Amino acid sequence: MAKVTMVEAVTMALAHELEHDKDVVVLGEDVGINGGVFRATNGLAQKFGEDRVIDTPLAEAMIAGMTVGMATQGMKPVAEAQFMGFIFPMFEHIVCHAARMRNRTRGRLTCPLVIRAPYGGGIHAPEHHSESIESMFAHTPGIKVVIPSSPSRAYGLLLAAIRSPDPVLFFEPKRIYHLNKEEVEDDGEEYPLDMCFVIREGTDVTLVTWGAMMKETLAAADKLAEQGISAEVIDVASISPLDMETIHESVAKTGRCVIIQEAAKHCSVSSEIAANLADQGIYDLLAPVKRVTGYDTIMPLFKMEMKYMPSVDRILQKVNQVMEVS
Amino acid sequence: MTTVASFNIDYLQYLTPNGELVGDKKPSIATDFEQLKSIYELMVLTRTFDAKAVALQRTGKLGTYASCLGHEAVHIGIGSAMAEEDCFAPMYREYGAQFYRGVKLSEVLLYWGGDERGSDFSGPKHDFPWCVPIATQCTHAAGAALAYKLRGEKRAAVSVVGDGGSSKGDFLEAINAASAFKLPMVLMIVNNQWAISVPRKKQSTGRTLAQKGLAGGLPSIQVDGNDYIAVYTAVKAALKRAYEGKGASVIEAITYRLSDHTTADDASRYRPDDEVENARQFEPIKRMRKYLTSQGQWNEQLENQLLNTCKVEVDAAVEEYLNVSKPKVGDMFDYMYDELPHDLAEQKAYAEAMEEKSNG
Repeated sequence: MAKVTMVEAVTMALAHELEHDKDVVVLGEDVGINGGVFRATNGLAQKFGEDRVIDTPLAEAMIAGMTVGMATQGMKPVAEAQFMGFIFPMFEHIVCHAARMRNRTRGRLTCPLVIRAPYGGGIHAPEHHSESIESMFAHTPGIKVVIPSSPSRAYGLLLAAIRSPDPVLFFEPKRIYHLNKEEVEDDGEEYPLDMCFVIREGTDVTLVTWGAMMKETLAAADKLAEQGISAEVIDVASISPLDMETIHESVAKTGRCVIIQEAAKHCSVSSEIAANLADQGIYDLLAPVKRVTGYDTIMPLFKMEMKYMPSVDRILQKVNQVMEVS
Repeated sequence: MTTVASFNIDYLQYLTPNGELVGDKKPSIATDFEQLKSIYELMVLTRTFDAKAVALQRTGKLGTYASCLGHEAVHIGIGSAMAEEDCFAPMYREYGAQFYRGVKLSEVLLYWGGDERGSDFSGPKHDFPWCVPIATQCTHAAGAALAYKLRGEKRAAVSVVGDGGSSKGDFLEAINAASAFKLPMVLMIVNNQWAISVPRKKQSTGRTLAQKGLAGGLPSIQVDGNDYIAVYTAVKAALKRAYEGKGASVIEAITYRLSDHTTADDASRYRPDDEVENARQFEPIKRMRKYLTSQGQWNEQLENQLLNTCKVEVDAAVEEYLNVSKPKVGDMFDYMYDELPHDLAEQKAYAEAMEEKSNG
């Protein structure tokens, strides 16, 4: 079994589906011979040909619009938005068409498409290359939003996203693209798109996170263990639909919850999780739900980007606050 | 300085406003009177339907409705030139094209009557539904065309935008895509001179809108959009190119919006009455009737019979529309995803319980 990074796991999943489903095509800017600016499509054009791995003109609305068009006509296009910051011209097609097509035609036409986008800060990238806007899409009914946080979950979730009969936005936390290697078997086994993953079991506090923040969250959980605090760590993975059941079960056990996200705080995914806990899980809680998030500011350029993003210390501070209540 | 490339835009017309056949090479459709009579009948049916739909809105039996008055030749020209397996990506008033392709009159009413079932229409199941966000249908058509090309199918996609829509990025990006991928598609611009209150000249100072296609290296022409024979011939030729793998074409059809933009609009606020009166002499149905009459193919008796048949057919469609079953509250949820997610299933159960409570 091969040990691969997350970005290599993405390539593996794309290759697997290109190999096994003739309706799958990959398209986007620089995804062909160059293999994508992060090499997520490395070698695919060479292996599957330029009719399956398609370099497009530099026009994001066109990529999204054509992806919708292809999906309605029986193909399974996997488009790449080169960075999440360039997804805005695609927004209209995602929200007004991909999300609505099945509903507004009462099932006559569907949109089995995937739009992949590397996202998040921490790689010293230029302006517009570091934002986290998953909540904008999670707010839109009709699409699924998926974020992996490890090579194996990138592989299994991307397979499921491509096979999904509904449109899926697959956001790849690029800061951890190369963070570590994991053994991932190329067995075509998909992961469910409606479940959280309990990454580490614990009894004192539930840490809920997704994407690249898994790195800081696991580091915080290690430090907490040294203090004698047992943290349960949950990877949300499927941002929409959201598996609150797993989160509620964990909080029923620990009585405390801290949500960690890279995105800005206001009207975010953490807001929804916290609101849901207040609505459905208030009697399980020993302490208020706390959130560690990016600030409600513009994502700074890279000199200050790490000050924007939740750090291990910021996570520990909030956990210690909720641990004070017993 | 030397010229590296030069371009021209041709204008195609076969039927003058007086119903006279002009032009050197006349296409066979010009004398296929059985076909022309059935086209004329559909044009009149479409206009009868349109007037009825506006009346339904005025009497509170239909929501906002976008009239197609004056567009009958261009719409039916497009629809009748297409093959069933081609894909139509309309904007939101191309009923004539859709009727030709098998969409039912009552389904158009359902849509504007606030019911999603209207977009699950009869006719080719692969056709796109009405597209309100302007010009976005153009890139959908490009995607459909790419799908057909990749699968090696002899099919094409046809998109429609207005003169206003030709200003939008999606239209221009679709031209570019059609060029880059050599797509089997036809990009129609139905230039009816008005984008709600903004006249054609404020969209662009370009002499034609067709010339936007030249930027993508696509064959681009203007046609008289009130001349069925010209529209049909141009679209047919563009589709033939598409089927033969020669790529996409742009056709700008010149017509006039004789109605308000929609029933929610009042064009008298911005458009002089004499302009509309003047445009009426160029409208498509009159000239087709003159032509068929001059050829001994039509007369007053046939006209009266037709008007009667159309009224009966439209009345039956209205009856069907008004008597459609009520939508179920669960329908809101059932078509969101292939499988209803857990939390949405809870919301559905709640909505149904509330519905039952209000009914009981």
